[in-house]
Amino acid sequence: MSVASLNASLTGSTRHGVRPVHVVPLLGLLIIAAFPYIAGPHYAILMFSAMGFAIALMGLNLLFGFTGLLSFGHAMFLAIGAYTAAYLTSAKIMALEAILLTAAGVAIVVAVPIGLLCIRYVKIYFSMLTLAFSMLLYSFLFKFYPITGGDEGLRIKLPTPLLFDLSGLDTVTILTGPMYFYVFGMLIALTFLMWRLTHSAFGLGLRAIRENEQKARYLGVNVQRYRLVAFVIAGVYGALGGVIVAIPVGLAEPSIAYWVQSGNLVFMLLLGGYTNFFGPVLGAILFIFFQDQLMSYTEYWRLTFGVLLAVIVIFFPNGLMGVLDHRRVWST
Amino acid sequence: MLWGVNILISGVFNAAVLFLIAAGLQIVFGVQKIVNLACGSFYALGAYFGITALAWAVKLQLPVATFIPILITSGLLLAAVLGPTVERLLRFVYHRDEHFQLLLTFALVLIFEDIIRIFWGASPLQSNNVYFAFGELPLGHNVAVPNYNLIVIGIALAISLGFGWFLQATRFGKIVRATAENAAMCEALCIDLSKVYVAVFTLGVALGTVGGALVVPAAAASLDMGVELIVDAFAVVIIGGLGSMPGALVGALVVGLTRAAAIWLYPEFEMLAIYVIVIAVLILRPRGLLGKSA
Repeated sequence: MSVASLNASLTGSTRHGVRPVHVVPLLGLLIIAAFPYIAGPHYAILMFSAMGFAIALMGLNLLFGFTGLLSFGHAMFLAIGAYTAAYLTSAKIMALEAILLTAAGVAIVVAVPIGLLCIRYVKIYFSMLTLAFSMLLYSFLFKFYPITGGDEGLRIKLPTPLLFDLSGLDTVTILTGPMYFYVFGMLIALTFLMWRLTHSAFGLGLRAIRENEQKARYLGVNVQRYRLVAFVIAGVYGALGGVIVAIPVGLAEPSIAYWVQSGNLVFMLLLGGYTNFFGPVLGAILFIFFQDQLMSYTEYWRLTFGVLLAVIVIFFPNGLMGVLDHRRVWST
Repeated sequence: MLWGVNILISGVFNAAVLFLIAAGLQIVFGVQKIVNLACGSFYALGAYFGITALAWAVKLQLPVATFIPILITSGLLLAAVLGPTVERLLRFVYHRDEHFQLLLTFALVLIFEDIIRIFWGASPLQSNNVYFAFGELPLGHNVAVPNYNLIVIGIALAISLGFGWFLQATRFGKIVRATAENAAMCEALCIDLSKVYVAVFTLGVALGTVGGALVVPAAAASLDMGVELIVDAFAVVIIGGLGSMPGALVGALVVGLTRAAAIWLYPEFEMLAIYVIVIAVLILRPRGLLGKSA
């Protein structure tokens, strides 16, 4: 793939006028905003979790799409978010803001030491090391029953944002009403933040590292520090997404940290298209809804997903946003 | 004494099976530079196929002595079909970024899990009492070792020795090692790489399927066994060093014995202990105990 075209599609800087690839994010925004009014509560709650996954995936793509590091253990941050929500709500701390801030804090505390170790490696070694750390967390969550609830997990009570008074409303109304728009606002704010981040000198440095580490270093980019910061930011996005994903489930289970979950995250990223800034959001929504529909039709949904992933990897490595982007950036 | 022997025997038995799968992972990574997440699926498929073959052998009332050759043959037959087929699929991504190769093997994991579900159903399958048909080897009073464990350890040892001989002494083994070292140069010397790749990948699959087939008399075959095994196999290759055969042997022993000891002494630490070792190795000796410097 040519560097110029990859960067152009990642950052959306182009002078070619309006094309499908530009319309999709706007259309998507409108659809998400109107979704609770046009679809039933089941689908609105699905969209709720899809937004959570979208947030986590934006972080993952900062690592993969921008920095060129593929984490196969990103689910560990989802788990950090989910278990933070479980601990705080069971300690009667119900404010969503407090949960989100704590999750972000825990993610930073965990991501810094793990990041310091992982960023010493690139390519497949980085993937395997992140996988090892997520499995370490998984085995801890799974085995230490008194602290983590073991395979039964921990219950998460429905938190309440400080902004709204939700007393007297039932769970479904909250999840498809006020809380839904709260998360929607969060998604927009975090997307905007990520956009600014990737369009800053820092984002440029990350892309330079992805293309040529050595050259980036000669140009004065502190490669290790940039990678670490990217890793930590990805971790924070992952934990925030984890909180959101876990709320409608109402349960923090160890399987959220399992390596297959990390694989699914990468699958979502590839489905939407890692070469496009909005690919992660699209990928999360497509994956969640497709999985929901498929699971209601057949118990063999993994087979369909596996074939789909194989087709994407072989023929459409840039995902759906890549297909819409008719510049045709093929990865070779 | 008693628990010492138990830990040793079950640990080395674990290690023997793990070594077979990790060796398959290593040779495919060494030659084709692909980290094959699907190695666990081959192991699971080998186990289910082995159970079917075993049930068939029991129905025909074949003697116990034939069970082991039947299991090994079933693994080899399965590999002969699977290996070239999957290798053909992977050929699409040989020249791609390694992340995509990893993801394609992840797709295979999803596909094979459902293929097993379609043919064998979702509930775990057990081979009835075949394990005990092999009897036990008494070591003094109150201590006895299941013969089957010893047989599998012996087979794994034989395979590892045979493998070492094959790689070191035969012409094809030398070609395989040369390809691992420098594929472009081998191609320039008129070695048909596509043939080497098919053979190596099939060999890797065979190690997985035979390993899976050999484990079924001792353990149930379940849908999760594939994805669970990958985690162990990864630990083995990281500890031993990616791409190193002796490393796979050492890593398998470390993981197998640690697991057996942890289950005996402090079950909560079973997987945690292995991953603590993995991370310690990565910090202190990133290329693995016996790995070549990257």
